[in-house]
Amino acid sequence: MNSSDILGRQETAAPSLPLAIELRGISKAFGTVQANKDISIQVKAGTIHGIIGENGAGKSTLMSILYGFYKADEGQILIKGIPTIIPDSQSAIRAGIGMVFQHFKLVQNFSVLENVILGAEDGALLGPSFTRARNVLADLSAEYDLDVDPDAVVENLSVGHQQRVEILKALYRQAEILILDEPTGVLTPAEANHLFRILRGLKAQGKTIILITHKLREIMDITDHVSVMRQGQIVSSLETSETSPQDLAERMVGRKVLLQISKSAPNYGDEVLRVEGLTLHDEQGVERLSDVAFSIRAGEILGIAGVAGNGQSHLLEVLAGIRNAQGRAFLKSEVLNLTGKSANAQSRRAMGIAHIPEDRQDMGLIMDFMAWENMGLGYHNDPLYQHNRWFMNNDALLDETAAKMDRFDVRPPIPTLAAKNFSGGNQQKIVVAREIERVPDVLLIGQPTRGVDIGAIEFIHQQIIALRDAGKAILLVSVELDEIMSLSDRIGVMFDGHLMGVKDATQTNVNEIGLMMAGIAPPQEGII
Amino acid sequence: MEKLPKWADAFLVPLVSVFIAFAISGLVILAVGEDPIAALRVMIDGALGSTYGWGYTLYYATNFMFTGLGVAVAFHAGLFNIGGEGQATLGGLGVALVCLFIPWPHWSLALCAAIVSSALFAALWAAIPAWLQAKRGSHIVITTIMFNFIAASLLNYILVNQLRPKGSMDPASARFPQATNLPGLDQVLGLFGIPFSSKTPANISLIIAMICCILVWFLIWHTRLGFAIRAFGKSEKAAVYAGINPVRITLYAMIISGALAGLMAVNTVQGEANRLLLNSVEGAGFIGIAVSLMGRGHPFGVFLAALLFGFLYQGGAELALWTKIPRELITVIQALVILFTGALDQMVRRPIEITFALFKKKEH
Repeated sequence: MNSSDILGRQETAAPSLPLAIELRGISKAFGTVQANKDISIQVKAGTIHGIIGENGAGKSTLMSILYGFYKADEGQILIKGIPTIIPDSQSAIRAGIGMVFQHFKLVQNFSVLENVILGAEDGALLGPSFTRARNVLADLSAEYDLDVDPDAVVENLSVGHQQRVEILKALYRQAEILILDEPTGVLTPAEANHLFRILRGLKAQGKTIILITHKLREIMDITDHVSVMRQGQIVSSLETSETSPQDLAERMVGRKVLLQISKSAPNYGDEVLRVEGLTLHDEQGVERLSDVAFSIRAGEILGIAGVAGNGQSHLLEVLAGIRNAQGRAFLKSEVLNLTGKSANAQSRRAMGIAHIPEDRQDMGLIMDFMAWENMGLGYHNDPLYQHNRWFMNNDALLDETAAKMDRFDVRPPIPTLAAKNFSGGNQQKIVVAREIERVPDVLLIGQPTRGVDIGAIEFIHQQIIALRDAGKAILLVSVELDEIMSLSDRIGVMFDGHLMGVKDATQTNVNEIGLMMAGIAPPQEGII
Repeated sequence: MEKLPKWADAFLVPLVSVFIAFAISGLVILAVGEDPIAALRVMIDGALGSTYGWGYTLYYATNFMFTGLGVAVAFHAGLFNIGGEGQATLGGLGVALVCLFIPWPHWSLALCAAIVSSALFAALWAAIPAWLQAKRGSHIVITTIMFNFIAASLLNYILVNQLRPKGSMDPASARFPQATNLPGLDQVLGLFGIPFSSKTPANISLIIAMICCILVWFLIWHTRLGFAIRAFGKSEKAAVYAGINPVRITLYAMIISGALAGLMAVNTVQGEANRLLLNSVEGAGFIGIAVSLMGRGHPFGVFLAALLFGFLYQGGAELALWTKIPRELITVIQALVILFTGALDQMVRRPIEITFALFKKKEH
């Protein structure tokens, strides 16, 4: 494929369907950053239109303009052919636009019914509103297979159900156009399938759906048309049937990418890390880990799948020395203290356990620190960085940072730039460089590619594989099932603090893992 | 929004803030029927027009350097130590005890002992709230404020019931022996042949304050402890991830912070009063907060801001002496400076950032 093909805008006209939304030449700048540049999209009524792009491509900005959160600097929005100005979200709702955010906007201790009428009450008295809403909700639930109890309190609902409440809220406000921002990020595969069923049902009833995602598979599965965004611009608008995941990925990134990770057969060594009976109660006394046991050999990647919040984060933090827990752990038959004085991140690092945390912005990096200072985070006591007993050798750290940034292709390669001024992918590269370059015996990784662009994902995956091939043990936690499936040698699934089982990656499939993610134990226990 | 260049962030923003504060002060002076230009001239003449004026300005500035540095160190650890007042009070007690009860052969030895003792007393006083926060979760802002009151009451008790010489009606200690008196700034500068007024309270403590500025700079940016303090201050989660012990860092930072505030007593108690008075701190602990905010927590910034506040103190006193402007107005001027440099920083910063962004756009 040549570059003009990638850049050329292909409008495939299908005049039979009227347009639900048309954007004409939308531009939006924040300071000197051009978030959206001359964006034109036509969304046909009664279709599912995907918008795909890497993090920071400008998808969310565009949708925020459509929903009245931002005002476009230039351009026009036409809804059903009528030029419309959307100064705030109330106007967007009146224009028939409903939005389901990535982070739900629900009152946790309100019932479903209360959440649905919140902001759409009919009068001063709630009684009539409730009656009306209850009827409408019953109809909607039945019509679209939404299966939500109107009297359930939101905090007791699963994430998938909460999302359906958000959809109900939009439908109750008579939304004709539904925008979903990364809707499957927090769902199990089964819940995601259910969501897609609901979306197809909505489409059949003539609703228009805009699906924002970075997952290629979802675009291919469910959309009719797809617009690809890169660096604030629409680089392609296509019929989904005329494209492929490989093609979309290349349009997103602007160059050839490897979607499939090339990985040699594992070459296992001795057992490096063993965990037995790991149990953790958090500050509120809630059991977060119960009786977790597994082991990892040298040269092995153990992937931990699971819907976010099922104990994976706690598992990483316990092993990294950030949290205390009960149970036993051994590093090469040496005891790893899970409580007491030596249960801290400093002594774990000294033993050869490195940790790439899930939350790089909060934990892995200090956003106000410069890149070189961040490179010293956790290693500031290392003799390499000391002049003498009293003074640190900042220059040594600076030089090393420059070298690591060069090897990991961190851009811009400026060690004195504050972490917050790097893109997500480059921030993650700084963390990965810091932890991997020391060649630890055990590497704990949480969500290595969350919010990271495809180019950097590829690179980070290669680094992880390289460390495994160098005979190190790796524990990989990710909510991206694709990532777990493609990187891991063995796959464990966590549900509600339990390790549901560990399967050999070559002998399992998405269905089986998906069932385990939903808490349904596999027929026979895997090898531990 | 574009980031400001470093020099603008460090100097332009505070300067504009000070300028606005002065402009509004001018309006207030105008409103009470006085001439603001003449008032400014009185202040400058009084504070900077003679070595006598300079002596007082530097004496006050010395206090503010110590307390400002104290606040700055705690601030780097994300701790808001507003107990400088109480810590300096305890520092004064430390100075008084070593000066009164140990017969020193030479002032230099007395100085060393006073430094150690004042720092120790104040550090202990700061360590209690630190421990309460680190271990028990009591918020340090609340506890340090309360410790100011406890310190004042404690000193009151000790002065009235223990240290007050028999027969004296004054709640103050006896005079320190002659041998503990510190050399004035005139003697220090005299060594270099610089003439300076001998009638001012400025003394060798100024040099110690300046050395502390340098030491704090080294501590914060060139030591492991400083690294840990800053990491903890910016993100506790990241610090724990890095294996930094929050309890230890909270304690260390507050001990250093308190010790710096306590050193102020060397200047006031040993350098000026030569005895322990009931209120020798005189609000310098609180001014230290403003000084630290204005100095952006950087020791050099603290140094400059302390000079500015020293000028305001001395100039303000002169203003009350030579004009009909009431003494209270000085407090208004000082408050305006604190308001603009501390609390209203964003109000000044935003327009400057926008101006810079406009210029940048034009260049493109």
